[in-house]
Parts: sequence; C-alpha cells; structure tokens
Amino acid sequence: MTAMLDALDVETVRKDFPILERRVHGRPLVYLDSAATSQKPQAVLDAMDRYYEQSNANVHRGVHALAEEATEAYESARGKVARFVGADPRGVVFTKNATEAFNVLAYSLAANRLGDGDILLSTQMEHHANLVPWQLVQPRAGFEIRYVPVMASGPDAGTLDLAAFDEIVATGRVKLLTVTAMSNVVGTINPVADLAARVRAANAEAVVVVDGAQSVPHMPTDMLALEADFLCFSAHKMLGPTGIGVLAGKPELLDDMPPFLGGGEMIANVTLEGTTFNEVPYKFEAGTPPIAEAVGLGAAVDYLSALGMESVRAHEVALLEHVLPALNAVEGVTVHGPTDPSRRGAAVSFGVGGLHPHDIGTIMDREGVAVRAGHHCAKPLVRVLGSAATTRASFYVYNTLDEVQALIDAIETTKRFFAR
Amino acid sequence: MSSSLDDLYQEIILDHYRKPRHRAAELEPHDVHVHHANPLCGDELDLRLQVDSTGSSAPRVGAVVYDGDGCSISMASASAMTEAVTGRELADADDLGEAFRLMMHGEGLKREDDLLDGVAFQGVAKFPVRVKCALLGWMALKDAIGTYRDGNQEHRVTHE
Ligand SMILES: Cc1ncc(COP(=O)(O)O)c(C=O)c1O
Repeated sequence: MTAMLDALDVETVRKDFPILERRVHGRPLVYLDSAATSQKPQAVLDAMDRYYEQSNANVHRGVHALAEEATEAYESARGKVARFVGADPRGVVFTKNATEAFNVLAYSLAANRLGDGDILLSTQMEHHANLVPWQLVQPRAGFEIRYVPVMASGPDAGTLDLAAFDEIVATGRVKLLTVTAMSNVVGTINPVADLAARVRAANAEAVVVVDGAQSVPHMPTDMLALEADFLCFSAHKMLGPTGIGVLAGKPELLDDMPPFLGGGEMIANVTLEGTTFNEVPYKFEAGTPPIAEAVGLGAAVDYLSALGMESVRAHEVALLEHVLPALNAVEGVTVHGPTDPSRRGAAVSFGVGGLHPHDIGTIMDREGVAVRAGHHCAKPLVRVLGSAATTRASFYVYNTLDEVQALIDAIETTKRFFAR
Repeated sequence: MSSSLDDLYQEIILDHYRKPRHRAAELEPHDVHVHHANPLCGDELDLRLQVDSTGSSAPRVGAVVYDGDGCSISMASASAMTEAVTGRELADADDLGEAFRLMMHGEGLKREDDLLDGVAFQGVAKFPVRVKCALLGWMALKDAIGTYRDGNQEHRVTHE
C-alpha cells in the first residue's frame, strides 16, 4: 500500500503493545475487535505492576506510608480521568464498568427523579447496558420509556430519526435523555449536544445521560461541550484494565442521589440505628475500590493524552477513508451505518451476501484476523439493520493500512471457501 | 488438540449447506412445530414434524422439515439430521440424537452408521464455540418429540 497514515506514528505505537507480537494459528495477529475491548500498552501493565510491587495498600483509611501512597495513586487517577473528559473530580465515581454506571443512574437517579407522566427517552441504537437497567426500574418508578427510532434506509441510514425525536420532545414530558455518543455497532456519532439542548429547551428539569463507552476512547471528550449531566464509560475499551469504569456526573446532581451500594468507604458515620453518608464521589464507592485498576486507567489516560485525542480521532478517520471504500468494493459486501467518516467512528459492521457472520468470523480467525460476529449487545439496533447478526471490524490506535488489507483478503478467502 | 478448517467445514457439511435436504417452511400436515433460537449467534430454526402413528407399531418420524436463519454448521447439521431420522421410531430417533450429542461432546462414537452424514460433524467438536451450532437441529428434534408426547403442537425455546 502506498497510502500513509500520518496522524500517528503507528509503528512506534505498535511497539508499545506486547500482545501485537503474538501469532494466531501461525499468522500474525490482526486485532480488529477493539470496540469489544482494547489491547493494553506496556505503560499500563507497568503502572499496575509497580503499584502492586511498591505501594499496595488499602486506600483512605491508613496512616502508614503505603496507605498514603496508594490513596495518592488512586486519587491522582481520578484527577486524570476528570481532566480527560472535562469533569469535576468530585463528580468522578469509579465503578466496575460502564454497565454498573448505568445501573447506579437507573436505581439512584431515574427511580427517584422520574415518575408517572414522565418520559425517559432512549434510542434504538443503545447497547443493552443502556437499555436493561432503565427497564428494570421502570415498573416500580412508573415513568414511560420511549425510544428514538434509527433510520433503516436512505442517506441517513444508521442515524437517529430526528423528526421522531422532536415529536417526543415536544410533549415537554422528557425528564431524562440517555443516548450513546457513538454506536458500538454502526459507528454513528450522535449530535449529543444538540439533542441535549433540545430536550432542555422543552423541559428545564431534564437531565442528560451520555454513553461514552465508545466515544471516550476514540475522540476528544468534554462533558461541558456535550451538555451532558452524566457520562458513563469503561477503562478496558480505552487501553486500560478490566474491572473499572467511570460514572462522571455533576456533583450537585450526585449529591441529591441516594447511594446505590452500601458498605464501607461510603459512610460518614454508622450506628446500629442508621448511617450518614460520605460526600460524593465516595458515597457511590462502597467497599474497597479497584485501586490497581484505577492506577492502570490513569496510565491509559496518560498514554492517550500523550498521543493526543485529536490525533487518535484523525488516525481512525484516515483508516475509515480506506476501509469503507475497500469494503464497498468487495462484491456482496454491505457496510452498515454512515458512509461519511466524519460522521462515524471506527466500529464497522458489515454483511457478506449469503454468508453467516459466525462462519465469516471462524474463517477469518484462521487467517489471524480477530473480528466479532453477533448482535454486539445491541439487539434492537441489529434488528433495524434487517438481520440477527453482523460481522464487525473495529479499529484503534495500533491498526494499520496493511491490516485493512488483511481484513479485505480474509473476506475474499471466506467467500472463496464457501463458493468452492 | 490441533484443528484445521477442514475438520470444521468438511466437504459433506458444505454440501448439506449448499444443497439442503428437507429444508422447507411448511409441512402439511404436521403434528408439531417447534422454534429454537440461539440468541448468542442469532441462529433461528423452525422444525416441523409429522408423526406416522398408523398401524400397530410404535409411532415413527413420518416426515421432518426445517427452515431457519443460521450459520453453515447449524443449517447443514439440521439437514443431515432430517436424513438420519426420517422413518425411525420416535424413541429410536431420540436415542440417535443422544449419540450425536455425545459425539459432539467428545464422549465417544456410537451408532456411527445410523448417523449417516452426521458423522462428518465430529470435527466440529474441536471448535467448542461451534458445538452449539451443530446441536441446534437435533435439540429441536428432541424437543419436537417431547412436545408431541406431551400432547402439544407448538413449542418455542431460547437456548442460553
Ligand atoms: C456503547 C456501549 N455502551 C456500553 C457498553 C458496556 O460496557 P461494559 O461491558 O464495559 O460495561 C459497551 C461495551 O460493550 C458499549 O459498546
């Protein structure tokens, strides 16, 4: 390939990821499943090792040197995360993952703030993590859940139906909007700030929840610019470890919410008659938190910041400029979602005429190419695309144009295999 | 265990995939219709069974057809299953299904000759994530027989 990607020095980036050296079924690994979870750079692995080797202790309650170091490491990670997404550190709650962050909001926010007559507005594009928790609390809380449809065809296929959105918002009853900033299936980047402004114009009391699980790892994020009250995301999709996620919110809103889980760390005082709670964010961090994981997330944020999120995004747009036409040029391939790279992220779902995603995934695996086949935990959206499953290739900072070619070659191999 | 793509996608399997046997959306008349879904991979399978209970002998599989949307392994395995069980007594078809299940779980090969092309799916056992696909049609058959015995005509199952 003659074309170049110059937003990032990918060859240097790749050297930071030990796993990229391994082979799969005798072939070099071509990892195209970062939307499910990203690989981890050495800096993240080292930071976690160093923490365990040098500073391991519990946080917030020791007077000894290690406890102070551990607390400092944990809280400094919180500060890094806050700066990374433009949040107040008091409003950065560490959770287990994005899913838990949504559960906190469903049980502690929606269940109390919304009731009869109120609408919780979601979309057909959401990941199950941003669907199921609300559905679980809805019967008791009594609010109504409405979903903005996704355009199934036409030039805007794979984007939200904004006319339908406006119609629901015009009722003035939308009290909570929850929407993904970037689809994990079709890559669509939603106009979150615009949606938030429209909801607030119709109902000043409305709160806006943004699913940043795919957007935070892949593009610059600023909660203020997004007009978001809450932002949920997971460390493991942004070069960090599993086991830690983030609920970033406005401290004054978090202050008003009852705790989600109870236990140590989240209390101010406990008697057998009752308990007063610690201040935010600790009120929402019951028990010993994921300390080493927070340190790893902090290191991931440092790594991404050093690359620069503008460059990360530019790199992925450049990859999309190659991968979208290359996929479309393969006979029988249908690419889902926006065709304009500036309107989408680098999670690319596609179908190959007559072939089942499971078969495609298995044959590609033999070529060393790791893609995902299935419903990607977004069944309502995949249904709109007219199938039960798609094949998804998703790209990140370490992916190259040669890997785009490896994907295309693997599709051709799969087609030949079933045509023989 | 070494495994190659040719273990998974044997020529016989691809042949059933390209030229399915007894694949149809309807069977008139039929006694039972079951629908089985495997939500993880999105596979969906409809199976219709006509039971031959005339005469004095035990009821038999008079005819069986399947239809669905799924990967090559699930569809080909259902196709091979229909050939292996048509004409068999229900209890015998159930027993054959158990032999297939044991084979897929690597627990020995029984009734090799009766399984006909089903034997070709042995290699799929080396691909643990695909074993479920190969079992889908057989599970639907077992369920259809059970549903018939319970005196019902319809059953829907979602596999976890
Ligand atoms: C858009 C989106 N939201 C939420 C999640 C849930 O993330 P986690 O499983 O880490 O909680 C994912 C990850 O699959 C996602 O892609």
